Amino acid sequence: MEDEASVVDQPGIRIQTAVRTDAVPEAERQAITIRNVQFYYGEKQVLFDIGMDIGENRVTALIGPSGCGKSTLLRCLNRMNDLIEGARIRGEVKVKDRDIYGAGVDVIEVRRRIGMVFQKSNPFPKSIYDNVVYGLRIAGQRDRRKLDEACEASLQRAALWDEAKDRLQESALSLSGGQQQRLCIARAIAVEPEILLMDEPSSALDPLAAVKIEELIYSLKERYTIVIVTHNLQQAARVSDKTAFFWLGRLVEYGATPQMFTNPREKLTEDYITGRFG
Amino acid sequence: MTFLCALSVVIALVPLAFILFFVLRQGLPALNWAFFTEMPKPVGETGGGMANAIVGTGILIGLAALIAVPIGITCGVYITEFNTTRLAPAVRFAADILNGVPSIVIGVFAYAIAVLPFRRFSALAGGVALGVMMIPIIVRTTEELLALVPSSLREGALALGATRGRAVATVILPAALPGIVTGVLVALARVAGETAPLLFTAFNNRFFSTALGQPIGSLTVQIFTYAISPYEDWHRQAWAGATVLIAAVLAFSLLARAVTRRLERMHRG
Amino acid sequence: MALSPTGRRRAGRADPLFRAGTGAVAVLVIAVVLGILAVLVNDSMLSVRKFGLSFWRTRTWDPVAGEFGALPFIWGTLYSSILALVLALPVSLGIAIFLSELCPRWLRQPLAFLTELLAAIPSIVYGLWGIFVLAPGVRWLEVHTPEVLRRTPFFSGPPLGVGMLAAGLVLAVMVIPFTATVAREILKAVPVSQREAAYALGATRWEAIRLAVHYGRIGIIGAVMLGFGRALGETMAVTMVIGNNPQVALSLFAPQHTMAAVIANEFTEAADTLYLNALVEIGLVLFLITIAINGLSRLLIWRMDRTKTRPTVVKTVPLAA
Repeated sequence: MEDEASVVDQPGIRIQTAVRTDAVPEAERQAITIRNVQFYYGEKQVLFDIGMDIGENRVTALIGPSGCGKSTLLRCLNRMNDLIEGARIRGEVKVKDRDIYGAGVDVIEVRRRIGMVFQKSNPFPKSIYDNVVYGLRIAGQRDRRKLDEACEASLQRAALWDEAKDRLQESALSLSGGQQQRLCIARAIAVEPEILLMDEPSSALDPLAAVKIEELIYSLKERYTIVIVTHNLQQAARVSDKTAFFWLGRLVEYGATPQMFTNPREKLTEDYITGRFG
Repeated sequence: MTFLCALSVVIALVPLAFILFFVLRQGLPALNWAFFTEMPKPVGETGGGMANAIVGTGILIGLAALIAVPIGITCGVYITEFNTTRLAPAVRFAADILNGVPSIVIGVFAYAIAVLPFRRFSALAGGVALGVMMIPIIVRTTEELLALVPSSLREGALALGATRGRAVATVILPAALPGIVTGVLVALARVAGETAPLLFTAFNNRFFSTALGQPIGSLTVQIFTYAISPYEDWHRQAWAGATVLIAAVLAFSLLARAVTRRLERMHRG
Repeated sequence: MALSPTGRRRAGRADPLFRAGTGAVAVLVIAVVLGILAVLVNDSMLSVRKFGLSFWRTRTWDPVAGEFGALPFIWGTLYSSILALVLALPVSLGIAIFLSELCPRWLRQPLAFLTELLAAIPSIVYGLWGIFVLAPGVRWLEVHTPEVLRRTPFFSGPPLGVGMLAAGLVLAVMVIPFTATVAREILKAVPVSQREAAYALGATRWEAIRLAVHYGRIGIIGAVMLGFGRALGETMAVTMVIGNNPQVALSLFAPQHTMAAVIANEFTEAADTLYLNALVEIGLVLFLITIAINGLSRLLIWRMDRTKTRPTVVKTVPLAA
């Protein structure tokens, strides 16, 4: 995954970043198109004029200092913000040419097609098996064989099958932190979403576990479109194909990751990446 | 499904509405000056009131408070100040058990220790029964409130040379006092409505009596006696008594709430 | 430190005195609990020795003839309490769910206040309402019960109004506020992350609620048991509507009796020591049962608190992630 370490030279500050220098071609199709999105918590506006395209089968990273709105935007993509009182959105978020905020859209369906993994793993107090197939069950799938197959497939893809296959009926809470997060990923992909949203998926894990998650993300890219929010710049540089930098609710710069990290266009981006603030 | 949940709320509130409605409808008309000032009339005669019972309840909860407040607060202080000893969790456990004992069983206990040895029913025995019921409530309230007092207060007092006992008595308890008062009010409201433990401790007394060594009337027992009687007039008065009782309980609750709110404002500001 | 010799001595002695003094009172509280147990055991000795375990198997309670069988009371207590729980559980759960999930914000405080009010109404007032309002209502129900049901053992007998059904209903109304409040606290304590996970997987609001209830199921059972414990010891409201007839009957219409009610009714009339001892023995068993149930419910609710922060320990060693 990592090729050469390149050093970003700044007077007084040296950052070691393992940046992939293999330029990934632009996606053929856009999985999500975001246009003119404004977002408000009550009277306070927190996202201003967001417009970007998220490529299919690519990993897109959203970075920026705390409070810049990256997590808020992420949660807009699967309408999780609907659950917050006073939250309002204007603009367009299109998934496969359908505005998910349009009239007559079934929000349950949206959330099935767009999965989410949270910062702190949140397995249900059920067995590993029941966790993984939960999404399928509430979607109406009752066939035991299909559930078994889906469970195995998802756990395989989440790189948890070998560790879990002999203890599927045990409580999910008996897994370690890193395993629980991979379980949550398996649970999210079991419903076969097209897009996977990840909100700081490894920030609560130790470095070894975090690395495993990153490798997983890289392998999942082939099947899913992934959008990941992270405050770990090295992680963004390692894992993503394109990076979007947010500041105070605005999208400052959005481009191919190697270029963003070695030669950003905006001074603000450069300052953030070199650690001048945030 | 939402409908079902809302329905359950309605189902629970219907009896409440019913009770309040009936209490007010039957009880209010029967409430007159005579009710508050006269004694019960002999069987068969109409009129009369529950003056003795009202006063009796007042005396009984006064006695109960006299017994329970010092014991409860002191016990709560011990649990908080010495909570690392082995005794503290045992006491907490005992208080929890006491809280769950059915009131009729407490009545039996009070009968054994306060009626049998003296061979007569008395207000004192009733006070003992109600007091024992109040103790666990006050212990828990005191414990919770003492824990809320910032430790900086205690350290400040100790640093000035106060002994532990002095610090608690002069600094910590006064700081927790409003909340403790609330707890006492809530406990008083609860025991004022008790009937069972009084049935064979304070018993009942048709006549006006404030003597502690004699049986004494109480609002609750009087209501009970009237309710199960065959006389219409007594039934009316039972409702009136219930109105007074609910009004008293409500008054205590609202008072306790107001004190709690002021307490919160004090602590926050 | 300019402290007079007497001052220092006083300070030195005050602390152990403080500890001993408050400790003595603390011990007093323990003594009270033990005292209750002691009194109950001591004053029931005669009856325990004379009747042994058959006391609890005998159906006849005829003090005049010297026959003391307590089966009707334990039957009535359990029947009425379980009936109350069956009626109260769905309503309590419904209220808890409504208050924690569905209730519009402006309605929350007033509703919570009303629930508290319901819990604060004295038992005697419930009893009063029971005699004059509920029992006639139940009687109306009994009179209008369809014939086909009246043939079954559960609905047989003359329509008196007072009886097991009325008692069960009154108890249910009294238990609902407690169970609902505790269940609501339990639901409120379910972590937001659990709900978010469910929603993110495409759960509807009701599926998310089901998950929350599943998460809190242990605590909710504890809440139910707490209500059960209360129902077991309830005296006044029950004795006013249950009919006070010491018989073991299956029918909801039949007047029956409970442990607490018989003590309340007959204690002052107990002429001889054996009679009194028999009543105290009933009180002893009531005491022990309620302690057991309350203890168990507290354990369950406490367990609920701990599983929140720590997962249940499993035998296998989790492999490193």
